[in-house]
Amino acid sequence: MSTQHKAGLTVKNLNFYYGNFHALKNINLEILAGKVTAFIGPSGCGKSTLLRTFNRMYDLYPKLRAEGEIILNGQNILESSVDLNMLRAKVGMVFQKPTPFPMSIYDNVAFGVKLYETLSKSEMDDRIEWALTKAALWNEVKDKLKQSGLGLSGGQQQRLCIARAVAVKPEILLLDEPTSALDPISTAHVEELIHELKKDYTIAIVTHNMQQAARISDYTAYMYLGEMIEMGETDTIFTAPKVKATEDYITGKFG
Amino acid sequence: MNNLNPSLYLRRRLINHVSLILSMIAMAFGLFWLFWIMYTLFSNGIAGLTLQTFTQTTPAPGSQGGLANAILGSLQMSAVGVLIGTPIGILAGTYLAEFGKKGWLAPTTRFINDILLSAPSIVIGLFVFEIYVTQVGHFSGWAGSFALAILVIPVVLRTTENMLLLVPTAMREAAYALGAPQWKMVLFVTLKAAKSGVATGILLAVARILGETAPLLFTALNNQFYSNMNQPMANLPVVIFQFAMSPYAEWHQLAWAGALLIGLFVLGMNIIARVMLRQPKQH
Repeated sequence: MSTQHKAGLTVKNLNFYYGNFHALKNINLEILAGKVTAFIGPSGCGKSTLLRTFNRMYDLYPKLRAEGEIILNGQNILESSVDLNMLRAKVGMVFQKPTPFPMSIYDNVAFGVKLYETLSKSEMDDRIEWALTKAALWNEVKDKLKQSGLGLSGGQQQRLCIARAVAVKPEILLLDEPTSALDPISTAHVEELIHELKKDYTIAIVTHNMQQAARISDYTAYMYLGEMIEMGETDTIFTAPKVKATEDYITGKFG
Repeated sequence: MNNLNPSLYLRRRLINHVSLILSMIAMAFGLFWLFWIMYTLFSNGIAGLTLQTFTQTTPAPGSQGGLANAILGSLQMSAVGVLIGTPIGILAGTYLAEFGKKGWLAPTTRFINDILLSAPSIVIGLFVFEIYVTQVGHFSGWAGSFALAILVIPVVLRTTENMLLLVPTAMREAAYALGAPQWKMVLFVTLKAAKSGVATGILLAVARILGETAPLLFTALNNQFYSNMNQPMANLPVVIFQFAMSPYAEWHQLAWAGALLIGLFVLGMNIIARVMLRQPKQH
């Protein structure tokens, strides 16, 4: 089951507006298939906003609009003709705070799968086990799959949300500060997990924690005030950044 | 801690104590009346709560009887009223909270619902009298149920909307992020998260209509015997009203017994509603 389609994203001249506020300014970048790309930068720099354009989550709210192109599998996903539900099935997302649904652990993971696939009971059981194993949660919950997902600890809930996102086999996984509400041990679990998931998925992660970006990502993008300041291989960004502003941020002189 | 200003600290302590005492007094004031009402109901009504009250129909003046037809009628009409009013209330509340973000329809509906929520129930009784009772030419259990349903709708609508608005946006985004269409998100995620709150709203609506007299006076009226939904139908509030106004001692006794029954029922409903809302969200 590990042979999956991995897709990359190409962002061209992307501008984003909250009403009159120009939040993303002419962003150009490439997210490579099968790699982990991290977005860092101070609060309000637009990194979460950027992530939320990749699955058009911003579309839920009025007065928000994006201009430019985001190419996924040859198609510009910003076009109004795009089926948002299908797009979001292909581009999964895990949020800052764990958001288990008020249903059993099993049903939490099955929810997304049932939307677009018709599986037999045993196929579904296998899929649930596979997803929970991927999320390093199977051993902890295998005896209580029928219990509520709300009864898990915060770290377990977040891994449940990752399992839920992984279960639908998206091509890209967006992680919006997935460990900011977690304790160090749960954070370590999730980081190991990202390393593991990289084999099958393209991952874009927003993080406030620069060490985390350095530990888990292949590419890092530094953003400031809605602009992409510098993007490159993580090793380069953290050891020999080309732009002075990046260096200042990374070395803690600023931000 | 060295910068702590002692006079400021004392003043805040004082304000804290005064507020606490004031709210305790307010609570005691409310409870005082509640207990007095319950005490009056018990001391006057308990003697009338015999087996006969539950087995025999309302008597003619001077003879023995019970409240069986009135109890049954009240339960029947309330049940039908809730069955009609609840789906409409839940659907409309869901529309307001989840679908009506844009446009004029939702704000208008909300405004009209607020008016309906505070409309005197006698007006609703007269309304059903005019559009239904005069058309079919007689009072009936159905007419009473319709009037009660109109009272149920705004209560259930309001609670459903409020409870759905309490569901965090993050939960909705999480469902959308999996590619769920809006109706599946609402049906399987947000309504599920809000279900104990919605159920509480239904119980509160039941508690409200069980004691309503005015809307039934013009619709179900009363009946000395058991009846079907197409006939005038006995019910506790109207029986209490008639019997309490009468000069007969037996009727007075039954009126008190009926009042006690309704009082206990409404109290019970409210307590169940409270307990359901307080339960931690473990499903």
